[in-house]
Amino acid sequence: MSGNTNIDQARHPAADAVAMFFKNKPAIVALFVLVLIIIAGLIGPLLYPIDPFDMVWAPFGLPGEDGFILGTDYLGRDLFAGILHGTRVSLQVGLTAALMTVLIGVTVGALAGYFLGWVEEVLMRITEFFQVLPTLLFSMVIVALFGASLPMITFAIGLVSWPAVARITRAEFLRIRELEYVTASRAAGAKNLKLIFKVILPNALPPIIVQAALMVGSAILFEAGLSFLGLTDPNIVSWGQIIGSNRPYILDASYTVTFPGLAIFITVLCLSLVGDGLNDALNPKLRQR
Amino acid sequence: MTALLRVENLRIELATRLGVAPVIDDVSFELAAGETLSFVGESGCGKSMTALAIMGLLPDKVGRIAAGKILFNGEDMTQASDERLRSLRGNDISMIFQEPMTSLNPVFTIGEQIAEVLRRHKQMDKRDAWKRAAELLDAVRIPDATHRVGHYPHQLSGGQRQRVMIAMALACEPKVLIADEPTTALDVTIQAQIFDLLEDLRKDMGTAIIMITHDMGVVAEMADRMIVMYAGRKIEQGDVHTVLDHPRHPYTKGLIACVPHLVATLDEHRPPLTEVSGIVPGLQEFGKNECLFASRCDRVVERCLRERPTEQRFDKDQVSACWQANTL
Amino acid sequence: MTLLRAVAQRLLYAALLLLAVLVLNFSMMHLAPGDVADTIAQSMGGADSDVMARIRSDYGLDQPFSVQLMRYIGNVLQFDLGYSFFYNQPVTSLIFSKLPATLLLVVTAQLLALTVGVLLGVYSARKQDGIVSHFVTVFALFGYSAPVFWTGILLLIAFSLKIPLFPVAGMIDVTVEGGFFARFIDLLRHMVLPVITLASIFIALYSRLCRASMMEVLGTDYIRTARSKGLSTREVVYKHALKNSLSPVITLAGLQFSAVVSGAVLVEAVFSWPGLGSLALQSIIARDTPTILGILFFSALVVIVGNLITDLALRWIDPRVRSRT
Repeated sequence: MSGNTNIDQARHPAADAVAMFFKNKPAIVALFVLVLIIIAGLIGPLLYPIDPFDMVWAPFGLPGEDGFILGTDYLGRDLFAGILHGTRVSLQVGLTAALMTVLIGVTVGALAGYFLGWVEEVLMRITEFFQVLPTLLFSMVIVALFGASLPMITFAIGLVSWPAVARITRAEFLRIRELEYVTASRAAGAKNLKLIFKVILPNALPPIIVQAALMVGSAILFEAGLSFLGLTDPNIVSWGQIIGSNRPYILDASYTVTFPGLAIFITVLCLSLVGDGLNDALNPKLRQR
Repeated sequence: MTALLRVENLRIELATRLGVAPVIDDVSFELAAGETLSFVGESGCGKSMTALAIMGLLPDKVGRIAAGKILFNGEDMTQASDERLRSLRGNDISMIFQEPMTSLNPVFTIGEQIAEVLRRHKQMDKRDAWKRAAELLDAVRIPDATHRVGHYPHQLSGGQRQRVMIAMALACEPKVLIADEPTTALDVTIQAQIFDLLEDLRKDMGTAIIMITHDMGVVAEMADRMIVMYAGRKIEQGDVHTVLDHPRHPYTKGLIACVPHLVATLDEHRPPLTEVSGIVPGLQEFGKNECLFASRCDRVVERCLRERPTEQRFDKDQVSACWQANTL
Repeated sequence: MTLLRAVAQRLLYAALLLLAVLVLNFSMMHLAPGDVADTIAQSMGGADSDVMARIRSDYGLDQPFSVQLMRYIGNVLQFDLGYSFFYNQPVTSLIFSKLPATLLLVVTAQLLALTVGVLLGVYSARKQDGIVSHFVTVFALFGYSAPVFWTGILLLIAFSLKIPLFPVAGMIDVTVEGGFFARFIDLLRHMVLPVITLASIFIALYSRLCRASMMEVLGTDYIRTARSKGLSTREVVYKHALKNSLSPVITLAGLQFSAVVSGAVLVEAVFSWPGLGSLALQSIIARDTPTILGILFFSALVVIVGNLITDLALRWIDPRVRSRT
């Protein structure tokens, strides 16, 4: 290759990142599967209108028999209907909790990394405090004391998960605030708010986006864990709850825990792969190679 | 005089994204016991690669010796087993590097890092090795050595760390010491001290030194003989005074003209300082059958672009790889 | 001594963190619907408002928030975390009877995960295109993505139901007779599946990080120096490189303590392991608030002690941390 750079090829960095992402085969496949899962969650229950709470057949009907794709559980409820309805719950909780995580985490991290001094000191101590409480146990306590409704579960997950985002955001802010273009903007008289949201935050976004993708996965795992333990709204089907309620019967009907577990596994796996893909695409250090 | 170290037609290939490039292309030279031989050239000329090849430390999977011999005391090191190479490394041949700040392991005391070599090669026990480490630190003029021996690298300055590296390299009184730009990362005043130290130790131990540098001033001060490298090739060789006095390659001439105190004495007329314009060719150009300096040369003739210059010998073992060497 | 000062500093900070946990605990108890009086009344099968008022004044529930908080903290300082009306026992003794089981699970799993993770990481860093390296990549993804309770159930189905190698549930089999050795073996057999289940997540995490940090360290100047000294590959990798690449892994392990305790709750539920997690679940179902909050307090204590040990380990490994103070 010759040394002259082709100026026409210079593109917006976002376009570069998208191109890079689409070179990552596992990430594309994962994204495709995720889209299928989302579609299934949105319109699946309409296309397969069997109520997951109805006892539609004899208990422990094997997968594939009598027209039930994944068989029936210990109460004769259609497992496939349960997993399909659970999809929506998992995605909803995962996305909402991750959003909450990112909002709290970015706010705390940005303020700490921008203002330094006592603001940073106080905020980071609070962050460390939250990291000392075992996340699952803490959210169990919240749910136990304040009720096992879906919004409360989502709130509990969001409340215990944000410290990771806060740390990453703070680290990015600490790094970026020293860069020349920030100093230049400051010298040009930019106000704090403008510096935080217009100058530093956009440049700090890549690792936050990656973390957000991983957060959705971890929130889904979280919700599954809580509902496996029975700490969930009894009127809502979810993947973890199916596993939890069929747990005593694994000797006779292992498929009743295998399939919903697979659903969680595949969904979270896809989110991890997409997160990895985003990481490679958004990490400029890797891109130069 | 038989050579202590003799490199014959060495060719080192480096795997790059664009294919295999000969970063060292048909280089031969000799090193006599106790002498100081200097390798000069801009960065990217293959000086460090030559050193790593002699040490048997070419980067795995990336670099390899494709042809040639490296004879140490008559033994071909390119054919030697890993075990044999390890027993020579740090013992008969040792090396100090350009970056004293990062060349010492941060999690071990400097005493341990020196003592380790002694335990490895001289079969010393823990206590003797530690005592000897303190003596060596004293020998490289680190004050309060018996106390400092228990310090960690981060507690030392850059110059002190390079002294530790020298102590470590000389612990087993090697026959050859390779110094790869040992002072480039250091302050000018420290540079002079390190060179004095190396010179004294060489006199005491009779160690031959291969001094790799890009600084003609260092060569003039330190070396007996010099080799000028360009784009993986040896382009000129000779004893330092002869070459500095009468360079027979336009590149050498250009390098000398860059250094003020080499070209001017006080009572003489000072020629204008120049620089060698242009840059070293990219790796993909290496290995072509032409003079690789041609694009930067003001004496280029048609033959230079057609054929790689052969080595021509002159008085006092001066060698030049330039078609125009006679006219220079 | 700088070490003593550093430890004292950490201990003071740990105490402050625990105090904060207590304040949080108490606030949650205060905010949650229902109070101790309700619980007692419930266990008595109902009580009229006079009785309720008397209970409230007996327990000081009619006093201002700050007074109650101070008394709560005072009690905890005397190892009194309240009384469990469900178990009819002081919460502290209840927790102390379950804590060893959880500690055994958590510490063993963390140690196993670190050992296996570091070995896999080091090995795959040296053979980057080897089978082990690919295995680490795949295994790491699996470890991140599989819900730990599901992994546990699958292992249970495979290795104690289908192939009956290990016991299905619990920590000890009371029917096992014999001396200390026989009972020890029995304990080990019970531990295998829960420990592997819990460790699997963290093995994935640590091996991936260890591989990355090992690869970085192997490319450093001081490793080149070590090789130039004529050291064997083993000395270069396991002495010079390993000690340097351990720091990030241990830092991560320290941050994971809270996750390990969380994971233990689920693993205990799967394997009916008689630890704090099982106790927490039972007390949540029984609405036994003092016990639940006591467990939260003690699990935070476990995490804090874990972090303390991590800090000391890092100081021991990296002299630069030592001089930073």
